[in-house]
Amino acid sequence: MHVTSQIREPLITGGKTMADVSEDLCRQVEGKPSKSWIVAFTVAVSVLTIGAISAGTLLWEGVGVWGLNKTVGWAWDITNFVWWVGIGHAGTLISAVLLLFRQKWRMSINRAAEAMTIFAVICAAMFPAFHMGRLWLGFYWALPLPNTFGSLWVNFNSPLLWDVFAISTYFSVSLVFWYIGLVPDFATIRDRAKNKVSKMIYGGLSLGWTGGAKDWSRYESVSLILAGLATPLVLSVHTIVSMDFATSVIPGWHTTIFPPYFVAGAIFSGFAMVLTLLLITRKVFHLEDYITIQHIELMNIIIIVTGSIVGIAYITEFFIAWYSGVPAEQYAFINRATGPYWWAYVSMMTANVVSPQVFWIKKIRTSIVATFILSIIVNIGMWFERFVIIVTSLHRDYVPSSWAMFYPTKHDVGMYLFSFGFFFTAYLLFSKFFPVVNIAEVKSILNTDGEKTTD
Amino acid sequence: MRGEGVKIQEVYSPYAIHGIDEMLGYKMSRLPMASFLFGLTGTILALTMLYSMMGFDWPMIIGGKNFAALPPFIPVTFELTVLLAAFGMVFTFFVASDLKPWARPRMYDTRITQDKFAVVVDLDANSKSKDEIDTMLRNAGASEVNAKNFN
Repeated sequence: MHVTSQIREPLITGGKTMADVSEDLCRQVEGKPSKSWIVAFTVAVSVLTIGAISAGTLLWEGVGVWGLNKTVGWAWDITNFVWWVGIGHAGTLISAVLLLFRQKWRMSINRAAEAMTIFAVICAAMFPAFHMGRLWLGFYWALPLPNTFGSLWVNFNSPLLWDVFAISTYFSVSLVFWYIGLVPDFATIRDRAKNKVSKMIYGGLSLGWTGGAKDWSRYESVSLILAGLATPLVLSVHTIVSMDFATSVIPGWHTTIFPPYFVAGAIFSGFAMVLTLLLITRKVFHLEDYITIQHIELMNIIIIVTGSIVGIAYITEFFIAWYSGVPAEQYAFINRATGPYWWAYVSMMTANVVSPQVFWIKKIRTSIVATFILSIIVNIGMWFERFVIIVTSLHRDYVPSSWAMFYPTKHDVGMYLFSFGFFFTAYLLFSKFFPVVNIAEVKSILNTDGEKTTD
Repeated sequence: MRGEGVKIQEVYSPYAIHGIDEMLGYKMSRLPMASFLFGLTGTILALTMLYSMMGFDWPMIIGGKNFAALPPFIPVTFELTVLLAAFGMVFTFFVASDLKPWARPRMYDTRITQDKFAVVVDLDANSKSKDEIDTMLRNAGASEVNAKNFN
């Protein structure tokens, strides 16, 4: 008897059985790469190589190859850092926070979103590492290791150091959460594998998973606790990143709205990037039955909510700047809107405040083309937001004789391309060798309508 | 089946089935307790490290504040707590479930990870005969009943 729930639409459409799920999701992993994958991979590796030239020049010549100066000490480097970290937060939100809220719709999208998080955090970590100049020393000097300088310890009072702990913890915990979810799926691939090498590799990766009830019970426990740990972690990581600015005395930076504002902004840009990636992935891998319009609509709703919070934060900033009566703070905002970087400010406002509001219209939030275009606009807008915050506040702060302009050099752009190349190369490799949707979880939500899912 | 006194060795499934733990009489996992203990270790470790480094070993006046003040220590303490809790729990999970990259698992049926559910009964551990258990399984709706030998 076929019983369809009147209240909820099925999350997985197309009347799939469990065997179909295994087949659909393992097909990409087991077969030869498709033409579009090869083209995309070639492009990504080319971008990575071009970017690597900049990265190499940077390491050889030093940070002077960027457009930074005494006044504007941070520009594209830290903008890119915050942008990538922000993008990474959506993945953890989808996996962890939506798990805690028992939102079953997360199951089709969490694997790809978490992979995106991991690659985005690696891209993010590149920037503080490279911007230190002597990367070969900096990567371990930032850690509290005993040393021969009288055991000189790091400054634990500084948010720049808190970042070191926060980003490394965030990366490791996300990696572990992602991997635990992958173990049963690797077992699925292992058991379907026809050639010996595949079987050995996926067998090793699956750690001997058999699917017993005791193991599943522990797996569920671990997932729940990791979700519970990852949620405050996400909030804390971007809060700590925002404190890189908020704990300073620079006008436009020294405000307590930054932690919640940055976290909301991170979720906002992160979901936009998840949408960009998933819309392409579902089309190329024919996963429209797993990542449905319903999923896209729900993600767009989150984009309106977080976009609106960001908009409210902007208004709060203006109000407090005016209300405080502090001339330097007030000037910081007037300069953003009317000074030499007004064009960046306008881009930011249009893309972040105005454009997500169109998602109130149902037709637009269920349209794939509109969602794709808007997801890219939102990401561009959020890049400009970080650029505006960093550069406009630095280039004209307290003493007018120090005021200066910042102009990016080709190596600023090149380093950014390097991070893009890495991100897309890593994501494409992931989509080829690992299942992009969580196979086991999706099987558990198949029968919301009582249909038999096995033969 | 348990009501009839048959000892079930394990139930295998392609995904986690809610509620099966009560049916099989499994106690709740102690992994959450493990993660709490690891997290507590993380907190203690972090605070000890921070207070000894900033308070005793090389105290400095930073920003006009105390040598070792708790508020700026919170972020690092929190991060180390989460790090140790997560990793400790995951490694405990691997040890408890005997998961390791070089494992040679005893797969009762390779279709379990695709779409089949299996109830495994160890005939040696049960007092009922093979045929009785066979009948019970078939009456419960099993699509296949196989007897296999493992050493």
